[in-house]
Amino acid sequence: MLKNKSIAVKLILLYTLSGGLIFLLVFSFHYHFSRKMIERKLADNAKNLVLSKVNRIEAALLALQKIPENLACFLESGSYTRESLLALLRLLVEKNPDIYGASIAFAPDGADLQWRSFAPYYYKLRGRIEFVDLSKASYDYTGWDWYQIPKELNRPSWSEPYFDEGAGNIFMTTYSVPFYMDKAGTRRFAGILTVDMNLERLQEVVSSIKVLQTGYGFLISKNGTILTHPIQSLIMNETLFGVAEARQDAQLREIGRKMIRGESGLLPFKDIVSAELCWMYYTPIPTNGWSLAVLFPQQEYIADIKSLNRIVIVLGIAGLLLLSLAVAFIARSIARPLRQMAQAANTIATGNLDIDLPTVKSEDEVGKLAEAFQYMKESLKEYIRQLTETTASKERIESELNIARQIQMNILPRIFPAFPDRPEFDIYAVIEPAREVGGDFYDFFQIDPTHLCFVMADVSGKGVPASLFMAVTKTLIKAMAGEETRPEVFLAKVNDELARGNEASMFVTVFCGVLNTETGEVVYANGGHNPPLVVRREGGVAYLDGIAGLVLGAMEGITYTGEHLILGPGDALFLYTDGVTEAMDKDQALFSEERLQQDVMELRGRPIKEMIKGVLEKVKLFTEGAPQSDDITMMVVQYHGQTRPS
Amino acid sequence: MLHLLVILFSLMLGAGSLPSDAHAAALKKATFIPLWSPQAQFAGYYVAYEKGFYRAKGIDLTILQGGPNQPPNEFLEQRKADFVCMWLSAAIQRRSKGVKLLNIGQIIQRSALMLVAKKSSGISTPGSMNGKKVGIWGGDFQIQPRAFFDKYNLRVTIVPQSFSVNLFLRGGVDVASAMWYNEYHTILNAGLNPDELATFFFDEHGLNFPEDGIYTLEDTYKKDPSLSCAFMEASLEGWHYAFSHPDEALDIVLRYISRAKIPANRVHQRWMLERMKDLIFPRDKKISMGTLQQADYERISLELMKSGAVKTIPDYRSFFVRCGRDAEK
Repeated sequence: MLKNKSIAVKLILLYTLSGGLIFLLVFSFHYHFSRKMIERKLADNAKNLVLSKVNRIEAALLALQKIPENLACFLESGSYTRESLLALLRLLVEKNPDIYGASIAFAPDGADLQWRSFAPYYYKLRGRIEFVDLSKASYDYTGWDWYQIPKELNRPSWSEPYFDEGAGNIFMTTYSVPFYMDKAGTRRFAGILTVDMNLERLQEVVSSIKVLQTGYGFLISKNGTILTHPIQSLIMNETLFGVAEARQDAQLREIGRKMIRGESGLLPFKDIVSAELCWMYYTPIPTNGWSLAVLFPQQEYIADIKSLNRIVIVLGIAGLLLLSLAVAFIARSIARPLRQMAQAANTIATGNLDIDLPTVKSEDEVGKLAEAFQYMKESLKEYIRQLTETTASKERIESELNIARQIQMNILPRIFPAFPDRPEFDIYAVIEPAREVGGDFYDFFQIDPTHLCFVMADVSGKGVPASLFMAVTKTLIKAMAGEETRPEVFLAKVNDELARGNEASMFVTVFCGVLNTETGEVVYANGGHNPPLVVRREGGVAYLDGIAGLVLGAMEGITYTGEHLILGPGDALFLYTDGVTEAMDKDQALFSEERLQQDVMELRGRPIKEMIKGVLEKVKLFTEGAPQSDDITMMVVQYHGQTRPS
Repeated sequence: MLHLLVILFSLMLGAGSLPSDAHAAALKKATFIPLWSPQAQFAGYYVAYEKGFYRAKGIDLTILQGGPNQPPNEFLEQRKADFVCMWLSAAIQRRSKGVKLLNIGQIIQRSALMLVAKKSSGISTPGSMNGKKVGIWGGDFQIQPRAFFDKYNLRVTIVPQSFSVNLFLRGGVDVASAMWYNEYHTILNAGLNPDELATFFFDEHGLNFPEDGIYTLEDTYKKDPSLSCAFMEASLEGWHYAFSHPDEALDIVLRYISRAKIPANRVHQRWMLERMKDLIFPRDKKISMGTLQQADYERISLELMKSGAVKTIPDYRSFFVRCGRDAEK
């Protein structure tokens, strides 16, 4: 899908996406790591905070425990009177601000009769010390927890906290210590000593716990009763288990069980006040088995990270935008010249080389490309200029060549019938020049009134040199034949002339014959040319035997052999150049001497002009569609004899 | 601990009474005292009152506040209340002592009294209680446990149990007495799970003592039987309403609790109301709500005889009066 998008879009997408990915990875790692760090710190802080509070509570409880414990020892010594005991108890309540009340409850069935059912209780009420003897009250104190539990357990015990309306709505807990007396050598339970402790101070210790905005601490008793909590209605009214039941929160119940079992721990906890996720650290107060828990609001702890994260995200997005802009800028600086160059290339393709190319100042790849483009345009322009010139000069040369060709053709005798006043023979020739100037030529002329010289020649090579060589050869032959009727002689002379100073090593094949117009005898010499066909009036058509001598112009001093042939009336000689026999069709097949012989055979008896035209037609038919590579030259010399047959 | 004394004294001096309606000219005046201080154990009566069921039956009722030192039998005998809620066992004993009281409706069909032990103390069967310390409440609460120990031939150390289960929770006793709708839940909500506890329901050990019933004096009934029947009908209607509208019923009960200045705990009251439903609806669907079954009556009487609490068993027909028409809606 990106295939059709521009470079800019691709780059922006790619860089922004990969940049975004990197950013996300770094961000998540950072978030995770910093969160873990804070959680670790939080755990340490939580422990320290909770333990310090627990220690304060512990200190208060332990200090209080000492009083009845010491008093129990004193009681067990037995050296006191009721009065001294009452005074001591009263003093104890009076002098200890933490003590709300204290009692010595002797067992009703105690060993020592004098102490049976004696239960003095001093307590504070509106700043005064009040006294009551619990054994005189209408209720049986032996059934109460403060008495029964330490008695049955044989050890001191802290009571479940309670709410004392009579004392002015204060929370209290009672520490009870059993004491014993020896009777007849056995240690027997003698009663319970109690001190009532005002819990307000301890509650303050806990309710003063503030962790950030919403964190708080709460204290539960051994039964799970909530002793301090931001929700007032829970205090002394609910156990943690009741809250769990009301909220159908099995996890809370499990936490509560751990707390009352005296375990410590840090756990994630959904605050029942704010419903926010918190970390809760809880640890027991060893002295009385209560448990203190402190909630550390997770959201607030990670609030800093969160706000930092928001900044980081904003920065990251800004960075990505900036990156996209930068990429867009770079992409544009690359793509714009490229686009312009593409347009320029299109324009150049239409042939307009004069347009301005985009200027690229940078020296980067695009700059190099623009430079190369500029160079290419200029080279093209230069090349086209040269090409135009070359074409012009070539056209000139071609026109000159055409003129040369016309001149060349013009030097050949082209008026037929050539000798209208000579009925004893007839001659007809045709030259079908190839596109290029060739070297074929024919000629005929009268050496004297009874001797007709005819020439068929083919100069090696093509073009202007060939045509010039041809002109020279033709002129030489005509000149040399003027003083000599034997073709072997004048051909030798022509050869010598041609060979002399033939720097270009050109040569020419020549068949030259001299017809005695009176006798019909033909003397001929062959300088390397294709043997002509002898067309007999009666009989066949055959290639002329005889020595094919060497080509003219190759070397000096060559002698040619003159041979004789008698033409009867109506016989004819068919001369041609290899342009005929070597004419090729599309398949590169040659017209061939056999085919020529056959065609001439078929056309035998026709007027020579028709014969030549007929052969020419056949050749053209044969070469249908294939370009003509060589001049096609044919000439027929027919002897009619002295008396022309009618 | 002083606060408890204060509560006790204050309860003795003046029972909190509810103001009677001024427009009740045509209504018959009557008073009722529940067995204990306000809680869901008595939801049906409070709901019937608040929903106007008593007024609809022509009664201008006053519900007196019950409590630990407000024994209903005294209120009945001293004619301080026309109708009282009492345990069946207590009522039979009073009747055999000559108090002419009548059961006009047995609300609770099954005994809610139970023994509870921590499985961790090795108690899982009645036999495993042998030699253990067992917390027992006084009075009528001890009849069933003692019969239970006899039945299983157990020798246990009996420790008087007071108002809390803390002695049990701290390990001072191995077995505690508990009311299913009350102390048992307190134990659960002190962090002990049901699967950690071994429970012994007396009705599952052939000692079903149906508890709360409604009593009036014979002459009160004879003077105006329709009043007693109207009271019963309205009360049962109240129970039906409470069970089908538990949240509304709890709201009413909690209002009474806070009026009595007792810590209110909705979760606990909900548990209690749900258990009351279990206890009040007779298991046998053919028996209508509020019926005292003769078999229960005779079983209790027999056990009371065995324990020496009663010398004679009053006749069932002279003890239980069933109103002419079915009280159920």
